[in-house]
Amino acid sequence: MKMNRFAECGNWVLDRFPVTKFWNEHMAHYYAPKNFNFWYFFGSLALLVLVNQFITGILLTMNYKPDAKLAFDSVEYIMRDVSWGWLVRYMHSTGASAFFIVIYLHMFRGIMYGSFKKPRELIWIFGMLLFVCLMAEAFMGYLLPWGQMSYWGAQVIISLFSAIPVIGDDLSLWVRGDYVVSDATLNRFFAFHVIAVPLALVMLVFMHIVALHEFGSNNPDGIEIKDSKDPWGHPVDGIPLHPYYTVKDIVGVAVFLIFFATVIFYMPEMGGYFLEHANFIPADPMKTPEHIAPVWYFTPFYAILRAIPDKFAGVIGMGGAIVVLFLLPWLDRNPVRSIRYRGGVYKKALALFVISFLVLGYLGTQPATPSATIVARIFTAIYFGFFLLMPIYTRWEKTKPLPKQLTDQLELEDQLPVLIATLDEMTELKPTTSEIGDPAFRSNFFNRRPNAEGILNVVSRLAKKVIGSLD
Amino acid sequence: MNNEGVDKSKRQFLTSALTVVGAVGTGYLAVPFLSQMQPSVKAMAAGAPVDVDISKMEPGQLIRVAWRGKPVWILNRTSDVLETLKALDGKLRDPLSEESKQPESSKNPVRSIKPEIFVAVGLCTHLGCSPTFRPEIAPSDLGEDWKGGFFCPCHGSWFDLAGRVFQGVPAPTNLEIPPYRYVTDTLLIIGEESTTEKSA
Repeated sequence: MKMNRFAECGNWVLDRFPVTKFWNEHMAHYYAPKNFNFWYFFGSLALLVLVNQFITGILLTMNYKPDAKLAFDSVEYIMRDVSWGWLVRYMHSTGASAFFIVIYLHMFRGIMYGSFKKPRELIWIFGMLLFVCLMAEAFMGYLLPWGQMSYWGAQVIISLFSAIPVIGDDLSLWVRGDYVVSDATLNRFFAFHVIAVPLALVMLVFMHIVALHEFGSNNPDGIEIKDSKDPWGHPVDGIPLHPYYTVKDIVGVAVFLIFFATVIFYMPEMGGYFLEHANFIPADPMKTPEHIAPVWYFTPFYAILRAIPDKFAGVIGMGGAIVVLFLLPWLDRNPVRSIRYRGGVYKKALALFVISFLVLGYLGTQPATPSATIVARIFTAIYFGFFLLMPIYTRWEKTKPLPKQLTDQLELEDQLPVLIATLDEMTELKPTTSEIGDPAFRSNFFNRRPNAEGILNVVSRLAKKVIGSLD
Repeated sequence: MNNEGVDKSKRQFLTSALTVVGAVGTGYLAVPFLSQMQPSVKAMAAGAPVDVDISKMEPGQLIRVAWRGKPVWILNRTSDVLETLKALDGKLRDPLSEESKQPESSKNPVRSIKPEIFVAVGLCTHLGCSPTFRPEIAPSDLGEDWKGGFFCPCHGSWFDLAGRVFQGVPAPTNLEIPPYRYVTDTLLIIGEESTTEKSA
């Protein structure tokens, strides 16, 4: 009888608050394409990292002091004296980098499978706004430890505003709240980082998902699953988000957490890429560090800024590199979404874009030597070429015929024999001096050594396959 | 009770009027909200002039002082340096400091009141990093063309030892020269402009 009372209470709530309806609409009866692959982990992982940042961030504010005189020491206090403070702080700082890794892969997925195309343009726009907010959040958060990189990084980025003609100087003064980066700047960045931007992020995540659930997810084949439905009105190629993809995403979460924990416990500074060495020195307004570079996730844009030998044009170039991403749904004139059915021109252009993004990212971490600047200029041209020439080259692109329904791809299980054969080809058995021992043990991986000829064969086959796949 | 139906134009007028009033109110409220982020009175009042004793400066020595929270450099230039400066004009963006910020007393090719003593705000005019002092000639990392000067590590801007910017680098103008004056031959005040004496 007791259970009945509970059930009654539950119903009382459900009558007044439509949890079940919401759950069914967005989870249990929400149909997603059945062919999501590895690339579709990163949306849910982004949400996981967001939650991580919220929880660890709230804990950090309990001991952090947003005051130019106290900030640096309060971070060291968290690291040394607060129980488990080091863990919370490393989870937050590693989370920031993890956020960008996940988001960059998530965005690349969207570009690769054409998820930004009609009718999903707004999902892309909200996503881009999220990306911009995330950059603001990361930038302002980086000032808070009040180390040398915090200080000079903020000095440089706020000075970007001063490049704007006429209002520039007043604008950067208004952002700083002082004539130099100072206590006033630190205090307001704390307010933005802890309240304003997180609120905007949550609202944008909501809008991103509402817009997504209106038309449903795109998929690696880039065709609409709603075009072929079964007699009950469900997409033939769709499966409910819950339990199928919730369970799948748990696997993704587990794998992600292995990497995440490895970084937190064994390499929280990531060799100066996640937490820069110069940031362990308190901010000194008199002296810029010898080598100053932003955290890795800003370096592609920073390299573009540095490549252009004019202050205002450099800022325009840097901003433009982000603006062109917003315009993607209108720059790409090809109605075919997925890379699987697109022409060789686009595949090659996309490959060049990825290379240019990575090279610019690397150059942004390096000092500005004349030769590095020239390389940065070439790759800046390629970066913008990918976007600005897109209306032209996507028009004379030869696409492949689209399937009517989702296609079957080889699963990892099916590929295992081939992978094992390849591994065998690349290695050879170590000559053993004794014949003792189990032959099965002797043939295992640890008793093998690399075989140069085999590796060469495999690599050349792989290269041919990659080049072939670009057509 | 009104039975004449809805007067849509009146309703439209009231809606528009209320929108306008609301917008004006929001505009008024925006002023204090946005002004709140301007530098406070305290921040504006900070920045008293700084005294610098240069009697103990060696030739070629650079000292840094803080003025209004910014680094200010005082450099004792040798005659060799002053000689080198003359040969650089062709490579500079603004050799005569026409478009750069400096007090009238420092608007000359060496950009100082006394040629030997160079005073400048040590912040790059590009994005505000503090350039490094590199007095050596043709170091391996900067190449043959380097005749000694200030190199900004952030974005690779080059300045000569008069704070003049080179062509083909991101910085748009020469380094800013703060207002300063000599109290005695060896005592500088940074932050106060000389009103009577012209450049020596």
